Amino acid sequence: MKVVVLNEIRKGFYLDSVALMRLSREVAACPGVIEAALMMGTPSNAAIMRNAGLLNEGAAVKGNDLVIAVKADTEPAARDALDGAIKSLEKPKSQGEASAAWRPHSISAAVKVRPEINLALISVPGDFAAAEARKALNRGLHVLMFSDNVSLEDELSLKLQARDAGLLMMGPDCGTAVIGGAPLAFANRLRRGKIGIIGASGTGTQEVSCLVSEAGEGISHAIGVGGRDLKKDIGGITTLMAIDAFDSDPETDHVVLISKPPHPDVATTVLKRIGQSRKSFTVCFIGASDMTVPANARFSPTLKGAAELALGGKPIGAEFDPGAVASRVARRPAGGGIEGLFAGGTLCAEAQVILTAAGREVTSNAAIPGVKTLCAGRDPGRDRLIDLGDDEYTRGRPHPMIDPSVRDDALRAALRNPALSVILLDLVLGYGAHADPAEHLTRLVADRGQDAPVLIASVVGTEQDPQVRSAQVRKLELAGIVVAPSNAQACELAVAIANTAGR
Amino acid sequence: MKLIEDANQQALARILEGEPRLIDIVPASQLMKGLRDRMILHAGPPITWERMCGPMRGAVAGAIVFEGWAQDLRSATELAASGGIEFHPNHHFGAVGPMTGMTTKSMPLFVVENARFSNRAYCAINEGLGKVMRFGGNDASVLKRLAWLRDVFGPVLGKAIRASGGVDLKSIIARGLSMGDEMHQRNLACSSIFLREIAPWMARTSVDNATLAECLAFIGQNDQFFLNIAMAMGKVMTDPANGIRGSTIVTTMCRNGTDFGIRVSGLGERWFTAPVEMPEGLYFAGYSEKDANPDMGDSAIVETIGLGGFAMAAAPAVAGFIGAGAPSEAGNFTRSMGEITVAQNPEWSIAAMDFAGVPTGIDIRLVVDSGIVPVINTGIAHREPGIGQVGAGVVKAPLACFQQAVRAVASDLGVS
Amino acid sequence: MTDQNGPQYQRLLAGKVEVVNVGLEGFVKDLHDCGIGVVHVDWKPSAGGDPQMAALLAKLGV
Repeated sequence: MKVVVLNEIRKGFYLDSVALMRLSREVAACPGVIEAALMMGTPSNAAIMRNAGLLNEGAAVKGNDLVIAVKADTEPAARDALDGAIKSLEKPKSQGEASAAWRPHSISAAVKVRPEINLALISVPGDFAAAEARKALNRGLHVLMFSDNVSLEDELSLKLQARDAGLLMMGPDCGTAVIGGAPLAFANRLRRGKIGIIGASGTGTQEVSCLVSEAGEGISHAIGVGGRDLKKDIGGITTLMAIDAFDSDPETDHVVLISKPPHPDVATTVLKRIGQSRKSFTVCFIGASDMTVPANARFSPTLKGAAELALGGKPIGAEFDPGAVASRVARRPAGGGIEGLFAGGTLCAEAQVILTAAGREVTSNAAIPGVKTLCAGRDPGRDRLIDLGDDEYTRGRPHPMIDPSVRDDALRAALRNPALSVILLDLVLGYGAHADPAEHLTRLVADRGQDAPVLIASVVGTEQDPQVRSAQVRKLELAGIVVAPSNAQACELAVAIANTAGR
Repeated sequence: MKLIEDANQQALARILEGEPRLIDIVPASQLMKGLRDRMILHAGPPITWERMCGPMRGAVAGAIVFEGWAQDLRSATELAASGGIEFHPNHHFGAVGPMTGMTTKSMPLFVVENARFSNRAYCAINEGLGKVMRFGGNDASVLKRLAWLRDVFGPVLGKAIRASGGVDLKSIIARGLSMGDEMHQRNLACSSIFLREIAPWMARTSVDNATLAECLAFIGQNDQFFLNIAMAMGKVMTDPANGIRGSTIVTTMCRNGTDFGIRVSGLGERWFTAPVEMPEGLYFAGYSEKDANPDMGDSAIVETIGLGGFAMAAAPAVAGFIGAGAPSEAGNFTRSMGEITVAQNPEWSIAAMDFAGVPTGIDIRLVVDSGIVPVINTGIAHREPGIGQVGAGVVKAPLACFQQAVRAVASDLGVS
Repeated sequence: MTDQNGPQYQRLLAGKVEVVNVGLEGFVKDLHDCGIGVVHVDWKPSAGGDPQMAALLAKLGV
């Protein structure tokens, strides 16, 4: 086989050997090329090229000459490759356009890049979350752990470590916090003000903070503690630290504490600590019967009640009269039942409190004390209040606040259920939440039948939120969905309609 | 654990406080007690003849002939294969060697002293490019050059170094980093600075202009001349950090063409080994991946002190060695290595990283946790003995060494 | 004024929050939009997802 070797020598043309090796590889990949080399013409390089049969006899090269050598099947192929190599050599170099953005792979590397970091927001799967939180605490960072499925044992050890280090361990299973205006995980854009919130519940904190903000007052900070902080095993470690923090925070005048009813021992400790505080408190243990609280505190079993106490008694949505609205609703389907399909777990709990207090028989998959736990196919006469954020619905799927379609199947079934007079819904807005939950909902219910149950919704959010609360409300109302100013009032309206069903 | 953190701070301080100076060139037999006839020191963790790769065997045969323990390469190979040669790692004798890393009794070695801790480390003289023993070369030209280094160059340069009172190495490295060297695949700047500093002393101590010119040209023609000095420097800086109980800082990384080995401060002299990986890189004309030998050499000692692949940001041109990487991505190597090290070396800063110091003090815990392994800039040897270098590239340290070492630390500290 | 000597968690409320985000990337944009400093970690499970090794490393204080 005939082989053609072409050499081109550039006198005094220096290029780094690395750049030359890369060019050599490019040229060698040209069609018809057997081998190619771009090298500075040092004696050892010349020997290498001679050994490879790349240097023609008599080619005189010196150390500061660039040698381009191509061995190819045909003369034209060799010539094309050689011309290509020369073009590449003369091409102006791009200015770092290939530079890929670098990202740290660990918390410690991130802290090295940005030493000002003081808080870790952790939302990795539960199996790994505790280890990441420990790393953050070891580096002196406060932690908000959004992840759930973390063992009680890990939660306790993390919170003890945090307390020893003077760090705030928010969570696990902490859905929201707002620190100095920074929305952490699911949070709303709130007016800044003098009311602080300590929340063992994500949507509870969101509901109260939004109601307060929309009523014209503001939030200083909202500290999440995680759903289990007030259980006996944890003993309210983070809650007590949060009270300390608000006590010394000059921005905060009043603090709202929101939780499911705590273990009695923990409740005693926490209420005692509240009694020692210089600030006034609202204590909201959702569903707890009226309890004795210290002189500087007031008690509410509902989120709306807590917001009103924080506002100094100013009523929420005073213009909204459930009885009057109920009487204006044109159709009141005869079934008499209520089904609540909630994205917010605490909103579901508040609904249970209100429906039970109104004398209705209730069942729920996330039953509060005194409410019957839901069993499929049982208790047909009872109202069903379903927390769609519960594990059984979210295993392997996003939370319904992120992906409202989690609710779709249950909603379609409810729309065709003749036993129902009312379907209760919630929309949670804010950072982290779906961009337009109203659009999703109204599309789904657009072709509902004439006899479909009445749809009642509440919208947790603010005008400043990315989704804009009033825009979401308008969309719902245009689709014939009744919107109440708060979740509690939506529940009251549902009761008013269901109790007068068929009339 | 506080014990570990404290131990690591101590190990790190010992690395950073080192004051390495090149003080002499001396034949190995005068430096190492116990380095006898028919004993060969090699790169990497311990290895037997049976498990040695082609280039290592080629270099061993060449070294045997060089020392006169056999007449020719064939009888040298027979001697080695029949158990007639004792093999030890350089690291067990306070030394390091590039690629095959051959050290025998008559070879002249650089002597680098750590003034802060009064310890010394040694490395043979870089032979230049082409056919060389460090790549398994063993023909007459290779042995002739080694003889010249032993009889002419070593004594001339040694005399000059002694006359100079010793050469401070840290400042050469600092300048080299600002001139595009990372001290493993690129030593162009450091070699030039060294030549600039030592040339007057060579002239002052020389008795023969022709020999002087020959020796100056030998340094001047070898861009990698400084590598072997940098390696001895790495060894002399890491040795004082060895043996601090609880410390998880790596004090040795090296390879013998078969195994990759590491040693860890808190675990003393124990080796943790795993099969060495193939380098990825670019090949000289006429060669490709199929010609390549698995990675070799004690030279990864420079990465152990934050140079080489760890200082890639200082040498953007070298980043092209990984093949796909653009020079503008060189900083990402250094940043990644920052994730597995405990500190930066403030004396060795990189302009392109806003003068951040080179990442120093590899922590085995961080390696295993992140899955990010040290990257080592390396030359690629031909898999057959006697052919030499066929390319250059990057090799990753095998994760398994670090995993074993983490388990060993845990067991040593009673953690399970 | 906040007590400069108080525990860190009390000072958190008075100062500026800067966040390292480990997990859901969506949270990063929200923080950016609010002018909060945030660094996202390109997270992978510790020790390549080997729970035994991850636990050992945690005990050794990674």
